[in-house]
Amino acid sequence: MTTIETASKPGFFAGIRSSGAYHKLLAFSGLIALLVVFSLASPNFMQTQNVLSILQATSVNGVLAIAATLVIITGGIDLSVGTLMTFCAVITGVVLTYLGLPLPLGVVAAILAGTASGLVSGTIVAKLKVPPFIATLGMMLILKGLSLVISGTRPIYFNDTPGFNQIATGSIVGSIIPAIPVPNGVLVLFGVAIVISFILSKTALGRYTFALGSNEEAVRLSGVNVDRWKIAVYALAGSVCGVAGLLIASRLNSAQPALGQGYELDAIAAVVIGGTSLSGGRGTVLGTLIGALIISVLANGLRILSVAQEWQTVVTGSIIILAVYADILRRRSL
Amino acid sequence: MFNRRTILGALSALALMSATAPAFAQEKYDIALISKGFQHQFWQAVKAGADKAAADLGVTVTFEGPDNETQVDRQIDMLAAALARKPSAIGFAALDSQAAIPLLQQAKDAGIPVIAFDSGVDSDIPLTTATTDNVAASALAADSLAGLIGDEGKVAVVGHSQTSRTGIDRVDGFVNRMKEAHPKIEIVTVQYGDGDQLASTEITKSILLANPDLKGIFGTNEGAAIGVVNGVKELNSKVVIIGFDSGAAQKQAIRDGQMAGAITQNPVGIGYETVAAAVKALKGETLPKVIDTGFYFYDAKTIDNPEIAAVLYD
Repeated sequence: MTTIETASKPGFFAGIRSSGAYHKLLAFSGLIALLVVFSLASPNFMQTQNVLSILQATSVNGVLAIAATLVIITGGIDLSVGTLMTFCAVITGVVLTYLGLPLPLGVVAAILAGTASGLVSGTIVAKLKVPPFIATLGMMLILKGLSLVISGTRPIYFNDTPGFNQIATGSIVGSIIPAIPVPNGVLVLFGVAIVISFILSKTALGRYTFALGSNEEAVRLSGVNVDRWKIAVYALAGSVCGVAGLLIASRLNSAQPALGQGYELDAIAAVVIGGTSLSGGRGTVLGTLIGALIISVLANGLRILSVAQEWQTVVTGSIIILAVYADILRRRSL
Repeated sequence: MFNRRTILGALSALALMSATAPAFAQEKYDIALISKGFQHQFWQAVKAGADKAAADLGVTVTFEGPDNETQVDRQIDMLAAALARKPSAIGFAALDSQAAIPLLQQAKDAGIPVIAFDSGVDSDIPLTTATTDNVAASALAADSLAGLIGDEGKVAVVGHSQTSRTGIDRVDGFVNRMKEAHPKIEIVTVQYGDGDQLASTEITKSILLANPDLKGIFGTNEGAAIGVVNGVKELNSKVVIIGFDSGAAQKQAIRDGQMAGAITQNPVGIGYETVAAAVKALKGETLPKVIDTGFYFYDAKTIDNPEIAAVLYD
């Protein structure tokens, strides 16, 4: 489909962005449709408090989905995002609670732990040529086990670090405008989205992320150090998972070592609903953000309507398929 | 394209409206139960008890829980959505004893009574807790196993969770009772299969291979107990098995004599008592701090007794 000749032209990346924009419109109109349906169906849905709890519920999955987006654009997959998040949360727990170090060091430790794990995954994929699915499946299990080992299989609480809880649940916005206390975790999600969007669209790393997913062999033949860039993408994704680890630990005021497995699938669902192609070369952070919002709006709205849980999952599954099918239809009609 | 989407949107809106219309038509108490799990037979039995109480007392009940017992944040999202619905009362089985406290405080501030069930939270917000005394229940498992193996020899435990309160309490209750009351019994190992039948099977086999003179094994929940039965069967071992909870497979194993007996909680009672307590709270009645929903030891002889059969589930 996309060849390296087009990739080398400046218009190529603009092309990705515009096709992404079209999809975002589609996903965005889906999100609006859901909001309208739920608002009409229940007066309790479109309330400030509920909208804020939807955003709060999106924050962790949104950040994880952004991490997954990076790797998926390269044509890979990262199954380890969920347990890496947990691993980073546990590392923060060790630094803050077991070692009693100050709060900023806990934040740095989470992001460094994520980056380090991403470096390992990236190296396994790029240098050892293990397929990403297998490499990150292995990492998923390794990190799950290490989280249990390091934490002694018990939750680590942050009761001795009073400010820690504020990272996700406090509200800077609320201290300025008391009527809309947007949780800080939501600001962190938007912050991560802006930074990663910038990296993808304005930096060499971003351009190589797309190029690797479009035609890795061609990039290699044109003399680029493919391995180095690929490892960098996995490391960046890992650091984003570190942020997710901070968010979940702060929200729960504890690092829950057994949590995490299964979260990668929700993250990947958000990515594909948002129009990122699992075959690589195409995707946007904004699309992923909308995808993550669609998932949490759906979950919250169905609960508010007291829809039986077994049907909630049926509806969610159907929406995922519909969203991707709509994208396929659009692609055919182009 | 947009036509297609609008049609789909309208259809799903219709489906949602029709599915939920009855909930709006009634002015009954609306009680939201947030459980620790959903598809597991134990939680379905709790749900059955809650549904029965709803029918008896003329209230509506919703029942939700995360896919597995590690998803603390998902459970909190469920609680937040339930609160947004403005229910009359909330029943909550906490996965983590602290994580939900801010939301429970929100419920309290909104005047929504909270009833804890299955396990408590580190807070005085819940008006009562409807639960099984897991330590005492597992002590009964220890006594039963000791009686069956002549009060001496080696035994092992296949646990279901190292992190959840029930997982910890059941192992502690069993181990401590053995130490205190049955000094000639040695617990050679405690291993964990996360309540997964297959993992518990493999663990059981490795325990049996490592300890040929083992006399008994305790499986701490349904999944663990079935795993123990499978492992013992595959190795043709004759060790005495004590299980926990019920379920079709476990009941069959007890009838067939593969399992000597099991402890059962009263999950139907947990669900029923939770809803009943919520209704009492809404009517302004005072509640005891803990509602003990009870437990029993049952074996092939007693499995069909009416008081046992009533609390077992398939």
